[in-house]
Amino acid sequence: MTRSAVDEAKPARAREVPEPPADSTGRRRFRTDLVTIVLFLLPALVLFGLLVLAPILLASYTSLFKWNGLGGPPEDFIGLDNFTRLFSDKVFLGDLQHAAILIALTVVFQLPFALAIALLLCQRIRGRMAFRLLFFAPYVLSEVIAGVLFAMVFSPNRGLANHLFGLVGLEDLATNWLADPAVVLYSLFFVITWKYFGFHMILYVAARQAIPDEIIEAATIDGASPWETFRYVTLPLLGPTIRISIFLAVIGTIQLFDLVWVLTRGGPIHASETMAVTMFDFGFVRSQVGYGSAISVVMFMISFVFALFYQRFVMRRDIEGAVTGMRDRR
Amino acid sequence: MKALPSGPVRPGGTRAVARNTVLYLIVLVVGLFVVVPIGYGVLGGFKNNGQLSNNPFGLPDPWIFSNYTDILGSVTFWRPLWNSTVIALATTLLCVGVAAMAGFIFARFAFRGRELLFMLFTVGLMFPFAVAILPLFVLLREFGLLNNPLGVVLPQAAFGLPVTIIILRSFFRAIPSEIEEAATMDGCTPFGFFWRILLPMARPALATVSVLAIVTSWNNFMLPLVVFNDPTQWTIPVAVSQFNSQYSQDTAKVLAYVVLAMVPALALYAVAERQLVGGLASGATKG
Repeated sequence: MTRSAVDEAKPARAREVPEPPADSTGRRRFRTDLVTIVLFLLPALVLFGLLVLAPILLASYTSLFKWNGLGGPPEDFIGLDNFTRLFSDKVFLGDLQHAAILIALTVVFQLPFALAIALLLCQRIRGRMAFRLLFFAPYVLSEVIAGVLFAMVFSPNRGLANHLFGLVGLEDLATNWLADPAVVLYSLFFVITWKYFGFHMILYVAARQAIPDEIIEAATIDGASPWETFRYVTLPLLGPTIRISIFLAVIGTIQLFDLVWVLTRGGPIHASETMAVTMFDFGFVRSQVGYGSAISVVMFMISFVFALFYQRFVMRRDIEGAVTGMRDRR
Repeated sequence: MKALPSGPVRPGGTRAVARNTVLYLIVLVVGLFVVVPIGYGVLGGFKNNGQLSNNPFGLPDPWIFSNYTDILGSVTFWRPLWNSTVIALATTLLCVGVAAMAGFIFARFAFRGRELLFMLFTVGLMFPFAVAILPLFVLLREFGLLNNPLGVVLPQAAFGLPVTIIILRSFFRAIPSEIEEAATMDGCTPFGFFWRILLPMARPALATVSVLAIVTSWNNFMLPLVVFNDPTQWTIPVAVSQFNSQYSQDTAKVLAYVVLAMVPALALYAVAERQLVGGLASGATKG
């Protein structure tokens, strides 16, 4: 991104014949550039610094206090007590376990499902564009709308789910989907899949379309079976996209809130609670802002450390590839 | 999305037909998985609760329009709709305006610390509301922005900056530097170049990030939930959630409200599908 010689040499206003950078004009150019840079970046920096970065720092600070969030700045300094309490809190440990289960379910079921559908919709099937659009549609709806809709679907007497089981003669499987601690997490995962598989599918479709058909054809001509073509050609070429979609799913699960809040508020007896719900509960319902902040900080640390490691060890080659790929495209 | 032909086509025959039928069946089943809950909502809104218990799958008999008409005739639906619209437009204007200026600098100026600053913004990608909401609430209270639409607009714009800057920067970079040189030679100031040449040229990218910002704002729940105490200020997601708690026993009514609340988002999707799909996919993968 270096500016050309013509650019460098020109003072901002004067119309002159371009010449190699001279000292005085170069300095003036530099000054106008500096003013432009500062003026143009300032609004973004102020907004971002004040409302995105400051809260992180503020949370780290208040997490060291016992504070109800009211009546002036926090004063009751308790060091890392909030954090020690956090890691012996059964509810919070449960949150971590729920996140792990949801991530595992996503990686094992939802993403392969999305991948299969994506590959299917790259075949010559009538109406595949319509199906792609349809499958992506739930992603556009807010989590609250999806949550309320499925609260009704899962409702014990009038809900669709139990009627469906009745229809196929499996009345015995009908249950209270959102009130049974043993089931609720899987109901939640069902809604997550409904809402998000289309998003992952679209990512995979885009990646699949970027693979030249010649490569697939070459594999077929060389005698590879469809499965071998998929396993040794398509899948490795989709690798970068799959790794990004896993990344997004993990980060999204760590921060899951709206859906849970609307569907179950984390219940019954914390069986579907997530870190964000626990944080919200302590911060806004029980007025333990210091403790809530500690949960925020831990959520941030988990996301951050995960992102760092994941990008360092899993996506490193992809990122390099992406950069060179972008250069090729231009 | 373009309909690119893909996959080698095998010669026809009964095997191919059988295979296609199976594939088609799979797609149809998945289609049902997506459509049935929504269809249940749409039809359920035309039933009463007795019908929902006794006649879950059939068409409403008789059709009951009062659920929908009651809501459409009530301020509890139109006011949040209006609030959501105003907040989404204000957020988008602010976010895209500020991000375009920053993206311009990041794309076309070289200065020390540029990459570091840019990285600071990209880190913000991993830092969503859920993590920041508590301290953000404390800050907004100090600034006196609670129960004020600005208390939602400003943070939403700030949190939208990373994605918007990343997408716009890569677009601005792709505009040939010859154009900038020509403009500068003709006496264009950096601002003149930005305003009269870069922004008009970047219209497709601006459309993408704008649609993205509108949808994000439209669907945001946590922030308006804590900022607004006054029901007259609620946005659609908050109103839907409250309606659900208030009428939790009246399934049909809640379904009607949810279905109506879906309409604006689905309408936007129908109109701006290309920007939306492209923006969401590229926004997600470029981070």
